Amino acid sequence: MAQLSNAAVYAAMLVYTLALFAFAASLAARRVPLAAKQPVLVGAPGEEASDAAVEDEPGRRSGNIALSLTWLATVLLIAGFVFRGMAAGRFPLGNMYEFSLGAAIAVALVYLVAASRSDLRWLGVWVVGAVLLTLGVAVTLLYTESAQLVPALKSWWLVIHVSAAAISGGAFTLSAGFIGAYLIRQRAEDRGTSDRGLASRLPDAERLDALAYRTIAFVFPIWTFAVIAGAIWAENAWGRYWGWDPKETWAFITWVVYAGYLHARSTAGWKGRKAAVIGLIGFAAFLINYFGVNFFASGLHSYSGV
Amino acid sequence: MTATVERAPSTGGPKLGVTGWLRWGWRTLTSMRTALVLLLLLALASIPGSVFPQRGTDAAAVEDYLAANPGVGAWLDRFGMFDVFAAPWFAAIYLLLCVSLVGCIIPRTYDFIKTSRMPPPAAPSRLGRMPAYAEVACAEDALDTAESYLRNSNWRVRRDGNSLAAEKGYLHEVGNLLFHLCFIFLLLAVAAGGLFGWSAKVIVVEGNGFTGSLTQFDSFRKGRLVNPDQIAPFSVVLQDFTASFQQSGQQRGAPTQFEATAEVTERPGAPTVTEQFSVNSPLVLPGVKVFLTGHGYAPEIKITAADGTVVYDDPVVFLPRDGNLTSAGVVKLPDLDPGFALTGLFLPTATIDPVQGPISTFPEAQNPMLFLGAFTGDVKTGGNVYRLDTDNLDRIGTTSLAPGQTWELPDGTTVEFTGFRDFANVSLAHDPGRWLALVAAGLVIIGVSMSLLLHRRRVWVRVSGQPDTVAEVAGLSKSGSGRVHDDVREISALLEKSET
Ligand code: HEM
Repeated sequence: MAQLSNAAVYAAMLVYTLALFAFAASLAARRVPLAAKQPVLVGAPGEEASDAAVEDEPGRRSGNIALSLTWLATVLLIAGFVFRGMAAGRFPLGNMYEFSLGAAIAVALVYLVAASRSDLRWLGVWVVGAVLLTLGVAVTLLYTESAQLVPALKSWWLVIHVSAAAISGGAFTLSAGFIGAYLIRQRAEDRGTSDRGLASRLPDAERLDALAYRTIAFVFPIWTFAVIAGAIWAENAWGRYWGWDPKETWAFITWVVYAGYLHARSTAGWKGRKAAVIGLIGFAAFLINYFGVNFFASGLHSYSGV
Repeated sequence: MTATVERAPSTGGPKLGVTGWLRWGWRTLTSMRTALVLLLLLALASIPGSVFPQRGTDAAAVEDYLAANPGVGAWLDRFGMFDVFAAPWFAAIYLLLCVSLVGCIIPRTYDFIKTSRMPPPAAPSRLGRMPAYAEVACAEDALDTAESYLRNSNWRVRRDGNSLAAEKGYLHEVGNLLFHLCFIFLLLAVAAGGLFGWSAKVIVVEGNGFTGSLTQFDSFRKGRLVNPDQIAPFSVVLQDFTASFQQSGQQRGAPTQFEATAEVTERPGAPTVTEQFSVNSPLVLPGVKVFLTGHGYAPEIKITAADGTVVYDDPVVFLPRDGNLTSAGVVKLPDLDPGFALTGLFLPTATIDPVQGPISTFPEAQNPMLFLGAFTGDVKTGGNVYRLDTDNLDRIGTTSLAPGQTWELPDGTTVEFTGFRDFANVSLAHDPGRWLALVAAGLVIIGVSMSLLLHRRRVWVRVSGQPDTVAEVAGLSKSGSGRVHDDVREISALLEKSET
């Protein structure tokens, strides 16, 4: 069962790699026809009302192939995850390797669900790139054989906490993609060069900003919940719900920075680029919490087989 | 603003100047921009708390750091870098944030209550200026259609003449206020836990016990308002402790289960009951929870003097040094003449490693061995009970013993390794703010979800023109979302006169 899990994970990585190439090809070929991009409503950053009009937009085919490949790879990855749980006879979120698989699934699923509601093929390179990087680190640096859990990890609160954290990670990754694209596109729009280069392949800045906000508004309550579920677990295991151990500290920092982003978006003088930068800092804090703390800091959280 | 402030003292209107100052200060403090800056500062201020060791979590690491970096360490210490979350500058940031928050939500709550019963304001004259806008040809009764549609989808509607004004999403505001308010309650609950709570750590050997009294605890932290004489009057005797470990694979030796069985008496005179507790499943007593956090071994050592008197016969707690429970401990007998001491290593599964010397290769006691060194001289008490200062002592011998074996020293003293027991690391915690914190945290989640997932927005519809009737539909978002564009699109699609 453990071997089956590994095979599925490697197969998923292979298919993700193919998807990455297809997404890259799609992005390179993409030319958004200028006329089709005019929203119907004045200034509406809402959905693209023009999907039908761009049916034969260049790069659309390879984009669709890439999306299908991403679905396939994600199904394989989920299979690998489930096999892993069956091999250990428990919920497979007990060490950094398993958490990385879960996080990669979450990133991919959040993206795929979002992409089924609006056209996000242009974001595929970023998302699949992030998934591959996560999996690459997982199989090379974090791999641990499937085993039973150390006693402190045997708790349903932990499963809830870690699942919510993984979903948050997925949405944070997506939001960072939107924000990065927003910064590129906004700069090009300000300079009047948005018809050239990478910027010409991205949606307009206003829409990217709205997408970033929606993603973060969606994930902020989940992250809040993840942090609180973690606190409940800590109370059960160690007798204190909050002890400022490095993992907790960075979870708090991540939370506060994203709260800062949400405030910045409704504060005059901070909207737009400054808010976007705060959003990227929030993602950086999340990454530090995810990777940095496990590798470099010692605390009660660092038992996870690294 | 700065200009007024600078002029204030010199104009000689002290009353006005002072109130002007205060009002300016208050308005600045409670502005969204200040809140934002304070939030970012709070994040920044937390970082050193994860970079430097903290007294609150690992006091020993702080001492090591200070010993290794005396110069820099002293300065870092002066700025509170080893106790960031209790440092005055950290408190200053979050207290300002709290004041800002209260100053922000009180007027907002008041405004909200005042306006929440009022109908939305009438349509402005130039709808075309609104962020979302559409114009469609429509039927003559379009206004009625729009009104019934809006009312059916729970909008609050006001109709005057040829226009409609509607508003929706009041719960966004409720959620936002709930969230900010409960965040304050959460902080208060944490503060209450800090002031009225206490925590303690005890190492308890199988067969032994402890009661709720300070003398029994190995370490004790209490809030400012705790009376240490009024700790709960329970007593707990650890009857049995079992640990099991991963027997094979890459994670061999990792613990899989700890379980303790204890005889618990809640207060003197109460019946004694046998209860089990384990990691993640603490023992719950009135006013205190008892957590199992770790374990180790306590070899039983019996020391008999040359004249045959037994001078020592007890289990000794040996502290684990690694995951395989290579454990170290000492016995100090300063009252003998000359003073006598033992240093020892206990190895549950003993091996002699060519490089590291004697170490344990598995945490379970499969081949237990005790390695001992014996010393005589002026044995000092006090200080760390787990460490022996051997500077002024003479080493009189070393040996290794299996359980049951006896070692005879040159002076006739005998040391017997009679057996070993498990010990458990236990933490006790009393936090009266716990439930308030949990409720506040739950409301924080509900509030923030309502605030971010519901959208407060207004739409207006105006119908004009006689033969060719035209409807203008406009919308304004009052929370930072684009939802209102969808509303405007839906309403205009509804009103648009079909071509037939
Ligand atoms: C203590 C830390 C704080 C946190 C974690 C926090 C968090 C949040 C969050 C998550 C939102 C929702 C954002 C949105 O609706 O787009 C929000 C909105 C808001 N916050 Fe805070 N906040 C804090 C402090 C403050 C303070 C001190 C003030 C007052 C100066 C304040 C004023 C507001 C206002 C007015 C809104 C509404 C914005 C809107 O409706 O668009 N907040 N806050």
